[in-house]
Formats: sequence, structure tokens, C-alpha cells
Amino acid sequence: MVVDYTIKIGGEAGQGLQTIGYILARVLVRAGYHVFANQDYESRIRGGHNFFQIRFSDKRVLSASEGVDILVALDRASIERHRGELTGDGMILYDPDSLKVRYREPFFLDVPMQALAIDAGGRVMMNTVAVGAVLGMLNHDFGILEDVLKETFMKKGTEVVENNIKAGRSGYEYAKENCRRCVFVLSGGDGRRRMLISGNEALAIGAINAGCRFISAYPMTPSTGIITYMASKAEEFSIVAEQAEDEIAAINMAIGASFAGVRAMTATSGGGFCLMTEGVSLAGMTETPIVIVLAQRPGPATGLPTRTEQGELFFSLFSGHGEFPRAILAPRDAEDAFYTIQKAFNIAEKYQSVVFVMSDQHLADSYWSVDGLDPQRIGIERGLLQDDEVSEGYLRHRITETGVSPRAIPGQAGKAVVVTDSDEHDEEGHIIEDAAMRKAMVEKRMKKQEGIASEISIPALYGDERPDILLIGWGSTHGAIIEAVDILNKKGVNTSMLHLNEIWPLHPKVADIIHGAGTAYTVENNFTGQLGRLIRMETGLDLKGSITRYDGRPFTAGEIVRRVEDAING
Amino acid sequence: MDDYRGQEPAWCPGCGNFQILTAVKQALIELGLMPHQVLLVSGIGQSSKLPHYMRCNTFNGLHGRTLPVATGAKLANHELVVIAVAGDGDCYGEGGNHLIHTIRRNIDITLLVHNNQIYGLTKGQASPTSDAGMVTKLQPHGVVLSPFNPIAFAVSMDAGFVARGFSGDIPHLTEMIKEGIGHRGFSMIDILQPCVTFNKLNTYAWYRERVYRLSDHDPYDRRLAFERALEWGERIPIGVIYRNHRPAFEGLVPALKKGLLVEDAGRPPIDTLLNQLY
Repeated sequence: MVVDYTIKIGGEAGQGLQTIGYILARVLVRAGYHVFANQDYESRIRGGHNFFQIRFSDKRVLSASEGVDILVALDRASIERHRGELTGDGMILYDPDSLKVRYREPFFLDVPMQALAIDAGGRVMMNTVAVGAVLGMLNHDFGILEDVLKETFMKKGTEVVENNIKAGRSGYEYAKENCRRCVFVLSGGDGRRRMLISGNEALAIGAINAGCRFISAYPMTPSTGIITYMASKAEEFSIVAEQAEDEIAAINMAIGASFAGVRAMTATSGGGFCLMTEGVSLAGMTETPIVIVLAQRPGPATGLPTRTEQGELFFSLFSGHGEFPRAILAPRDAEDAFYTIQKAFNIAEKYQSVVFVMSDQHLADSYWSVDGLDPQRIGIERGLLQDDEVSEGYLRHRITETGVSPRAIPGQAGKAVVVTDSDEHDEEGHIIEDAAMRKAMVEKRMKKQEGIASEISIPALYGDERPDILLIGWGSTHGAIIEAVDILNKKGVNTSMLHLNEIWPLHPKVADIIHGAGTAYTVENNFTGQLGRLIRMETGLDLKGSITRYDGRPFTAGEIVRRVEDAING
Repeated sequence: MDDYRGQEPAWCPGCGNFQILTAVKQALIELGLMPHQVLLVSGIGQSSKLPHYMRCNTFNGLHGRTLPVATGAKLANHELVVIAVAGDGDCYGEGGNHLIHTIRRNIDITLLVHNNQIYGLTKGQASPTSDAGMVTKLQPHGVVLSPFNPIAFAVSMDAGFVARGFSGDIPHLTEMIKEGIGHRGFSMIDILQPCVTFNKLNTYAWYRERVYRLSDHDPYDRRLAFERALEWGERIPIGVIYRNHRPAFEGLVPALKKGLLVEDAGRPPIDTLLNQLY
């Protein structure tokens, strides 16, 4: 039997859901399970309704499931909102004293979490009691939690560690003894050692591994975690992580740093990116490499600040005035994000261009268990001249066959100077008005698009080469689509997935794959089906349609399956 | 001078920019700096064409964005002498927010603001420093907004180094630029500069009647600095109006303790980061 359980922890902002969710997810990863965890939270510091949902299994899990096996309710709203999601053997864990209500149905487990926490040393440890209780309900070994609690609270001293272990154990034992209805069966996982990593962590660590030494950004959900992580490692890894006064400054600082020779990036979300677009154009004209992480959330305007959407594919593609080349990459999960951002830096520097890494709240805040990350898989290709290749007559924007001008940096190699201009310029970088030079420079810049296109990997098809149904996705919808494809095939619907984690320039193979399929749909977290339109723009192919979701929540595999079935039957 | 020879300037004959260009070159030569040691960052406006008319590392960026580009470049390579060149519209209008925060950062950049109290490139509209009442095609009934006082603003922000120069006094302006470059931290030099084509009010003659070189002034005294900063009209002081000993930003950034960011650009070992995730 395959273990595949979901634990949902619901409560108000400020109740520490993230902490308990993360501790529990770590325990399950250490126990040898595959884990996927996602977060749903409101744009407020206190109150409201948030949840942290963990799915664990002894097979690979890549997206959230719709059913909940254990609901940890830290407030009444969690019960009202989520009781309908309980599976047949599902249980709700709550504390009647702190919720000031008692439920009589058999699928409730009353645990006096507050009282147990106070016994262990303080009310603040209610969450630790809850984690212990969940493990008790699962009849899971307690030892790993003990280790994780030690690591988590080490900095706060041994007393805090001891009290938390005591609290965890009391919850554990209470639940184990009192949950007669708990019938969860565990396998012990496959025993493999895995890491637990979020999208934002993967992007930040990937950037560090790529040799990025400069990030300037203005805080904006859901991108903020990237610069926060890098700032926490700033001293150890010699990284400048600068909080800019606004997004305009953020991108211009990164451009300045890149011009001066370091790998530089910025990260933002849609509203902040609106302010950055003039900088995108500046990077295009001055041929300054820059990596932009665009962590999407629902717009327009402030939209839903803490929710997810894929509404900015076109915005990134067409951002910045004028015509210039760019690349758009869209990692599917945390593991892919780690490698993709490294590739982004390589493309940016080799082609002296803007490269987008499309993220969204679902990628940024979700956690995946990953077998391991290989720091050497993606090499560092900087495309810089060696010191002995730079001489006094250096031309920053020299016209070459590939459109790529040999790149030197200011202060490099003695007497050469590096000149660039946001005005149209000559090969040296000085302002010009001349028509012939303008034409040559436009052609030189646009020529680089061919080189960028050659960097795009052949898109991978999951499933049959000539399927009846082809689902095409990009970015963070990967996990839900791939699980939907498996379910549909089991149901006898011959379905494959084409997932683009490198979207632009669009790989010509995309058209071939679509030609080989019966009916093709895109699956997108937006209203207009932007990838579908992009494919039509580039290939002339009309897809059957788009399966879209734009309520600010991520897809589940179950929903995609139902929508495909509706489409077939309708 | 030949080391710094650049393109043929496209400014109007008699423009104050020519004098500023001469002073910038003279200052760099007198400081013994070579073109490759200097980075000029400019924005958009007649002032911002200046780097093209000399020879040194140049980033001519976007309107108003001089300071953030200069900040990024300086952090990447803090051995470069970074000079930001902007106009009154560029720096006090479009890029006002950057000025506030660059002063707060106190990064070692020298900012030259060519302040001609008018928009030249777009042909004669009011600028943030235009005197109230000035009539232009876009302000036919006269400027209603109060003029921005950059010197008083910078002093109020406790900027590290605040000076005013006058393009008509090249030797003095050269000294101001040299002192600004020598100052460790952010230095702002507001340069009064006639626009011979569009500003018929603040002409060479108008400035010459009013401008006087400061003497017997203690720039470390903030109260006195405020008094000089507010002096405008009959008499206009030029010179170092305010300075202090605030530490430069570069010295406070942990990442720069080991040396230049640009020289430490390889792949670091990330095993410790990955191990924390298990």
C-alpha cells in the first residue's frame, strides 16, 4: 500500500503555522518520506485565516492533494472551512479549551494542547504539542522530532530545547493514547536522505552558486525571501544585498553593479516590476547582463498580495520600450529553480541581455523534498574578456557576426575605457544620430536573439509522443499537471504533458509536439491563457483552448483531471 | 588634457556646460587620475552628455537614474572613482527619491548637478529650481511652485559634503570638484550654470552680480551651513557649505571587507548551505 497522507494546519496569522508546518515537514523528510508542502496566507500580520499543508508519501509527490487526513485546527475558522476536505479516515485535531468549543463528532480528537503546553513550561509551546500530537496520531517514531526541536531551538538555550521536547512528547503520548479512531498506516518511507527546500531558498542558493555577488531589491511578497536569504549569507559569501529605495533604484543598481563586472540580480513581483521596466529597456540598450526574478501574484494593481498567479508571461515578454532580445525561463519546482537561475546568469552574461526567471507565490513559498542538488552541474560561463585581450582602443559595442561584443569591465587591464549609453551609440559606446549606425546597432542587438535561442533546451514531453490529449504548462503548475496526467492515463485517457521551463525564445520543437497530439490545451494560472496565445503567435497553431484558474490559488491534479474530462465530454 | 579628449560637444555656443567640462577634466588631471580609473555615470539632459565629451569609463543611463547606477558600480568596484553627472531636472525632479537615499547611504560618489534652473533638452520648461514667477511656454502664467533648495535640503539630510560652484568661475569649481572627489563619502556639488538659450532670467550677468566665494566659513558647523544654504537672491555663496565625518557606506558593508566584489566573482562552496536543508 502506498502511503500518501495530507496534514493541514490551519489558524490565524501570528499563531506560528509556518514554524510548526516547517518542523513537521522536516520530521517527515528525515523519516524518509517524499514531502510537498504549500502555504496559503493572507496579507496581514495578525488574525485572518492561513494554512500550511503538508503532503507526504513513499512515492514522489509534487503537488497538493484535495483531501486532508489530519486537520490541525488552531482556530474555529479552520474547522468550518476545511472539515469538508476530510478523507474517510480523516481526523481533526483541536483544543476544546483554547477554541472554547467542543465538537461531538467521532472524527474530532480533543487534545488539551494549551494545558499540556503550560505543564511543559509555557503556553507558547502549544504548537510543539500539536506537532507531537500529529506524530502520535500517525503512530510515528518520536525520536526525529526530538532532533529537529534541538536544532530549531538550540540558539535559545537548553531549557527551551528541553521544554519543547517535553511539550512535544506530552502531545505525542496524549494523542497516541486517546486517538482510538486513528488508523493511519505508515511504511517508514524509503529511508533515503533528502533535503527540504522552498522555491525562494532554491533561487537564492542557486544564485549564490552561480557566483552572483549583488542583489538589490525592494521588499515585495512573494519575492522578498530571496534577498532576505542572501542577506543572511552576505558576510560569509561576500554578497552585497541592498534594500533599494524603490524598484527603479533596485534594477538600476543591479545594472550598475553588472556593468562594473559582478553578477547581479534583482527580484520583485508584478507591481514592483512595473517600475523596473525602464531598467529592462536600459539593460537591453546598454547590453548589460541582468537576471530578474519575477515572482508573480494576482494583479492588476495590488491584487491579491499573498496569492499565486501566472499573469505576467506577456508582461515580461513585452516589458521595456523598444526592441531587444531577452530570455524567459520558468522553473517548475524548487529543484529546477536551483539549476534554472544558474543557467539564467550564464545566458545573461554570454549574450549581455536581460533574463527573466518567472516565479510565483506557489513556487516561492512551497517546499519540496529533493534527493540532492549538484553544485557542479551548471558551469559558470561569464563571457568576459581576459585582461590580456583588452587594449586601449577597446570598443564596448563592437559589431560582430554573432551580435555579441567582447565584454570588458571598467578598470580592467590598464588604459582601456568602457563606454555605454542609453542613447543609440556607436561601437565605442558614444551617442550618435546616424541612420546607418542606428540600423547596424539594431541588427547587432537583435542578432543575439539567435544565440539565446540556441541555449534553450529541447522541451521534454512526459508521456506518449502521439497522445490523444496534450496538456501544455509552464512554471509552477508542473507538479499538478504531471500528477493529473498520471491519473488520466490510469483512467484510460491517453494524455501527455509538455512543460516549458524555458519559454522564450520558444523552441521550434514545441510545434512538432503539438502536431503529433490529438487535442492540445494549455494549463495556466491566469485568465487569458497567455502561453496558448504565445504559441499561436510564434507557430500559427491554434490550440483547442486553455484550462485556466485565476482565483489566486494553485491548481490541484484533481481539478485538472475534472476540467479535462469536462472538455472531452462537453 | 589629451588623455581626456572626447567627442565634439553638441552644446549651444556659450553654454555653461563647456566650463563645467573644463573644470572636471582639470580636477581629474590635478588629482593625477587616469581615465580608466574614473567612471562617469550620467542620466539624461544636456548635462548628461558630458561624459561623451571627455574620455573615461562611462555609463550614460536613464533620466533621473544616475545615482542608483553609480551606487551599484561603486559597490561592485569601490576602487573606481565614481562621479555622477546630472542636471536639476534629472536629479532634483525625476530622481529625487534616489538623492534622498544616496545621501542616507553616504556612498563615496561625487555628484555634480548642472543646475541651470531650466529644462534645456526638452526646450525650455520650468525645472525644480526655477524661480517662482518664471514664464515659460509651459508655464505661461509663471512658475507657481516654490523652488527646490538643494543645498538646504542636503544640509537638512546631514549629507557628508555639500558645495556650490559656479560655471563662470572655473578655478573655484575645479577646487570644489577636487575636494568632493577627495571626500570619503557622498559629496554633492550643485553647480550654477546659465542656459544661454532658454533661461533669460538667470544669465551670466545675473549670477556675476550675486555670486561670491565663501570665506571665513566653518563648513563643519551645521547651523552656519543652514544660514548659508538659505542665502539666495541679492547674494549667492559658492564654496563648501557643509561637511561632516559620517563614515562612508562602503566601509560598513560586510561583503566589502575582504576586498573588491568584482575580484571575488567565482563559485563559492555551498555545501554548508545545502547541508542546512537536510
